[in-house]
Amino acid sequence: MTGVFGLLAATWAYLLANSDRFLELFREHLMLVFVSEAMAVAVAIPLGILATRNDRVKRVVETVGNVAQTVPTLAIIALMFPLLGLGFLPALVGLFVYALLPVLTNTIVGLENVDGGTVEAARGMGMSDWTILRKIRLPLALPVIFAGIRTSTVLNVGTAYLAFFIGGGGLGVWVIGGIQLFNTPQLIAGAVSGALLAVTLDGLLALAERRLGGEAGTGHAATS
Amino acid sequence: MIRFDNVHKRYSDGTHAVDGLDFEVEEGTTTVLVGPSGCGKTTTMKLVNRLEEPTDGTVYYDGTDVEALEATELRRRIGYVIQDIGLFDHMTVGENVATVPELKGWDADRTDERVDELLDLMGLPPGEYRERHPSDLSGGQRQRVGVARALAAGPDVMLMDEPFGALDPITREELQDEFIDIQREIDTTILFVTHDINEALKMGDRIAIMRDGKLVQYDTPTALLDEPKTKFVEEFVGPDRTLKRLRVLRVEEVMRPEVPDEYADIVDAFQGNDAVVADGGEIVPVAPTDSAQVALSRCIQAGVEALPVVEDSTVVGVVTESAIRNRQSEGA
Ligand SMILES: Nc1ncnc2c1ncn2[C@@H]1O[C@H](COP(=O)(O)OP(=O)(O)O)[C@@H](O)[C@H]1O
Ligand SMILES: [Mg+2]
Repeated sequence: MTGVFGLLAATWAYLLANSDRFLELFREHLMLVFVSEAMAVAVAIPLGILATRNDRVKRVVETVGNVAQTVPTLAIIALMFPLLGLGFLPALVGLFVYALLPVLTNTIVGLENVDGGTVEAARGMGMSDWTILRKIRLPLALPVIFAGIRTSTVLNVGTAYLAFFIGGGGLGVWVIGGIQLFNTPQLIAGAVSGALLAVTLDGLLALAERRLGGEAGTGHAATS
Repeated sequence: MIRFDNVHKRYSDGTHAVDGLDFEVEEGTTTVLVGPSGCGKTTTMKLVNRLEEPTDGTVYYDGTDVEALEATELRRRIGYVIQDIGLFDHMTVGENVATVPELKGWDADRTDERVDELLDLMGLPPGEYRERHPSDLSGGQRQRVGVARALAAGPDVMLMDEPFGALDPITREELQDEFIDIQREIDTTILFVTHDINEALKMGDRIAIMRDGKLVQYDTPTALLDEPKTKFVEEFVGPDRTLKRLRVLRVEEVMRPEVPDEYADIVDAFQGNDAVVADGGEIVPVAPTDSAQVALSRCIQAGVEALPVVEDSTVVGVVTESAIRNRQSEGA
């Protein structure tokens, strides 16, 4: 037991002694996650909408998605090196690619699962396709889309550790550096802070998701 | 108001859902399309608001080929109620009802006023229901919201596709009765779809019986009961036609607008009162729109030969048991 407490004490001491460096890495990590996630959302939602309106786009998206799932995470990050070189930007692009899929899948599923009768009623009342999308389909699909964003964000926090391999910075610097240098306090400081970040984001997004769900009325079973 | 001219609809999988339809829904009437499931009723209805396009023939709306009208514009002039209601669960009841007025660009005050008026009409006090979500309502209440939403912008035509089909029998009867009253007030052309012949007889001024995409008989409820044209119609209408005829026959069709001397005392006694007591029991008058069945059973209960017909608290005629019996046996 003293081993564990000793290690925690050593980690805490290491954090305090290197707080500037820690904040820098933590900020890099956050930047990697948020910017790549924002890019993923910005691309995945319109692409998902397009896929539900055009069968060819949908087939392409699904095929690429299935292939992408079989490629290891590290390989996607590593692939950025020959394409874009080293640094923050290639890491960002790698994370973006990786974050895209859950949001895209959920956008498609969410839009397709909107009740057919609801859409038909909207069309029958004289809403244009665009109005139906904006006022009916997207709001009703929002909880599902948001669940995709949440999954994607949490995964992204973990994936961002790999940015280190192509010089993207982030908490991976401490974790992988810690392994290589047998610096256990450094490794734990890097790993635990990322884990806490993932748990916190998950909780916050879950809270927001419940709010959305309540608003969209999907929290209640429809009676008929 | 709506005319089908040799209309065909073949779906891309080859199903010939509508097969040469030729008939007209007259302005101000409630026309009921009735027939077994899969005979093409829903398809026929969707051809009117252009949710489907005919593969042959023409559908006219108020004299104009619907293909020549802008689809969204046309739909905003037509109220549409479907069986699974299709309420927008992410919006409040009030927002649901406001849908078409908003699409038409009504200003907020006018829309709000209209929403409240309609919720009142449908027996959903706005103060209590406007801000609620559809998912908190019962099936009957949801369908009321569906009807209010379809009526919101004062449509010229209402399309109602099995609107009460998913409700339990008691709620269904309730909504049918209410809707018959509303129908008299709003004076809109209604095309109503059902697979239930009793509902058709109850709701319709005209009944169009469909089978395999074709119209097999188009008549008033009474004519349909009196003279079913084919064996199919006869079977579809069912066995107890005498009783059904009593239900569809309205008092105004058999009443005498003048009061013969022999009944003068019954009528005189009645003027200004709600009900009078006769030898056998209480005489409760009937309205012109009541069914002959109601009139007959009240005659029998009170032990009288005739009943006053009352509209807006004035006697407008008498209806006699013998007149009803005569009409009842005519077509049998
Ligand atoms: N979109 C569609 N594609 C192919 N066949 C259809 C489609 N919609 C309806 N049908 C078929 O057309 C026929 C008539 O359907 P419908 O108009 O819904 O009948 P009803 O409303 O009288 O039950 C049925 O055989 C049905 O299976
Ligand atoms: Mg149908």
